[in-house]
Amino acid sequence: MRDIAVVATAHSAVTSTTETPVESLVPVLNEVLANAGLQRSDVGFWCHGSCDYMIGQPFSFVQAVDALGAWPPIVESHVEMDGAWAMYEAWMKIATGECDTAVVFGNGKSSSADMFAVMALQLDPYTDAPLGLDQVSMAGLQARAALDAGVISERGMAEVAARSRRNAMTNPHALVSGEVSVDELLAAPRLHDPLRMHDLPTPGDGVSALVLAAGDVARSISDRPAWIRAIDHRIDAQRLGGRNLATVASATEAARRCGVGDGRIDVAEIHAPFTHEELLLTAALGIDPSVTEINPSGGALVSNVLMAAGLARVAHAAERVMHGTADRVLAHATQGPCLQQNLVCVMEGE
Amino acid sequence: MSDDVLRVRTPIGVDYGWTAGPRSTAYLQGLIDGKLLGKRCPTCTKVYFPPRNGTCPMCGVLLGDDDVEVGPAGTVTTFCVVNVPFLGQKIVPPYVAATILLDGADIGVQHLILGIDADKVRMGMRVEAVWKDSSQWGPTLENIDHFQPTGEPDVEFTDYAGQL
Amino acid sequence: MTDASDTDPGYALAPDGSFTAPLTLAYPYSRTVGPTYGRFLTGLAEGRFVATVGSDGRVFVPPAEFDPTTGQALDQWVDIAAEGTVESWSWQPEPSDAQPLDHPFAWVLVRLDGADTALLHVCDVPDPGAMETGMRVRARFVDGADPGMGALECFEPIGDDAGNDGGDRS
Repeated sequence: MRDIAVVATAHSAVTSTTETPVESLVPVLNEVLANAGLQRSDVGFWCHGSCDYMIGQPFSFVQAVDALGAWPPIVESHVEMDGAWAMYEAWMKIATGECDTAVVFGNGKSSSADMFAVMALQLDPYTDAPLGLDQVSMAGLQARAALDAGVISERGMAEVAARSRRNAMTNPHALVSGEVSVDELLAAPRLHDPLRMHDLPTPGDGVSALVLAAGDVARSISDRPAWIRAIDHRIDAQRLGGRNLATVASATEAARRCGVGDGRIDVAEIHAPFTHEELLLTAALGIDPSVTEINPSGGALVSNVLMAAGLARVAHAAERVMHGTADRVLAHATQGPCLQQNLVCVMEGE
Repeated sequence: MSDDVLRVRTPIGVDYGWTAGPRSTAYLQGLIDGKLLGKRCPTCTKVYFPPRNGTCPMCGVLLGDDDVEVGPAGTVTTFCVVNVPFLGQKIVPPYVAATILLDGADIGVQHLILGIDADKVRMGMRVEAVWKDSSQWGPTLENIDHFQPTGEPDVEFTDYAGQL
Repeated sequence: MTDASDTDPGYALAPDGSFTAPLTLAYPYSRTVGPTYGRFLTGLAEGRFVATVGSDGRVFVPPAEFDPTTGQALDQWVDIAAEGTVESWSWQPEPSDAQPLDHPFAWVLVRLDGADTALLHVCDVPDPGAMETGMRVRARFVDGADPGMGALECFEPIGDDAGNDGGDRS
């Protein structure tokens, strides 16, 4: 197997923008290429994650190619998923020897519609989607199942919110940040019972990108590449009533296959738009919060760019290795209703 | 006993707030003012009218901020003759839908050619915009009712082959 | 004529001067349901639930078309009750037009008596205090609904003992 690493990252500001999605992509792609010291013509493969329903334009991913400079023709692909799965495809492309470098990017324009309602469209189209179940209510069903099972508590959920907001104070891309006490949070009403407002993510528009490179190419680009030691993704059954919502079996299996437990994890960036999801995933992934720094970026809870938030987790975890402030890190991304599908990536310094 | 269910209606719909972005906003504002405004690629200098998604897809860069006025005359680069009647058709066939390369632009726009028999329209023919009354103008290329021949000599194919 | 469409230009300017316009993407899908969902939805139209049985004896509602373990098409059916137990719920304070009820309600995962999976639907109660995991609910059907899930209007609590004791979960 070839050694493959994250060697550069870039993120847009997270805002509510009036730019077209294509206009928003260009500066971030320029920045990630500049950070890697690459020209567009040096890139072996481009891979993009986004969702037409969220951008509000059928075949928007074809238009996104307008940001790449596809002349002479380039090698490009797209996944209708978070950019973390685009990274998996790019990693595979490099692993099979088809190229040595890849630019991976994910983008979302959450401000264009009610993203919580759009999420209903991923459910079974015969029996579940016609009910119009929104993402907050969906998350509430999972949170209640976990609360009733005794595997999480409302205080634990509020602690996730308080820590995420505190961590977000040093993240310029966070939409919510600040010091707030757990008791203060718990005093708020359960508007979406069992969820309080602090349990919900804050959606935003934005772009995240990273560059993958193989072996000596990676070493020539970065003094300290974040080497991908393991990457895997697993999926559970789609239907909410057909699986135990208090566990995340697919995340556990992906973590096992990545050997997460084989050594100390310094930093874990966990893609958990809702507070209870971080608690469920921390347990499912086998992360020990007393040893591992969890979501030092503040996570998706404080800055949820749909279709880029998972890739941003990979980028933020890789940045810690590249900056030399961590040796072994875990990045996680999720897709599908109630943590249906989970990707795990373990990266190390050299 | 009811009939067996063989089929269900499951309509879906999402309401979006569409935003044009700064470059297309200049194009749309220009149309309201009766002007045809494109944007130039700072790298290859091609002029895009309309400015698409705000980028030059050949170079992968954002189009420049400055407006570039194009037209109002242009050249027919390709066309088709509409012979088939369809529901809601506003013009009696046959008529011509054409791609018109406005003077100063590097990509064509689709529009109607009227004021000439359909079988007389040809590649390289010079045409000009016929605007609707300004009271009807909005942020749309429909402000131009149609294009009509200018009577100028045809343009040589080699002069627009790069913009087909 | 002076209706709104004559004065509304169909667009607006954002604070930064950018053009914005409302855009609705809608697809009027009509789906063939196949034999398995067809039998389930025919049951709903008749005010009853039918379920498929897996190779390990598990009873699926909504029906599984294929066995999750063996991949074989499932053709063994059982009738199950129109009553069941709430396995989880969440509160909907502001229903959207796309949702089954026009007043606040609870989303529920209901394990119908005789089933091994839970059905996603809604429960018609006035406030979250009337909901509790483990409570008993009964289906309320709609006569003459269009074919599909709309034949099941909602669930409603059975009896008067559905109140929540308000226990502290913190």
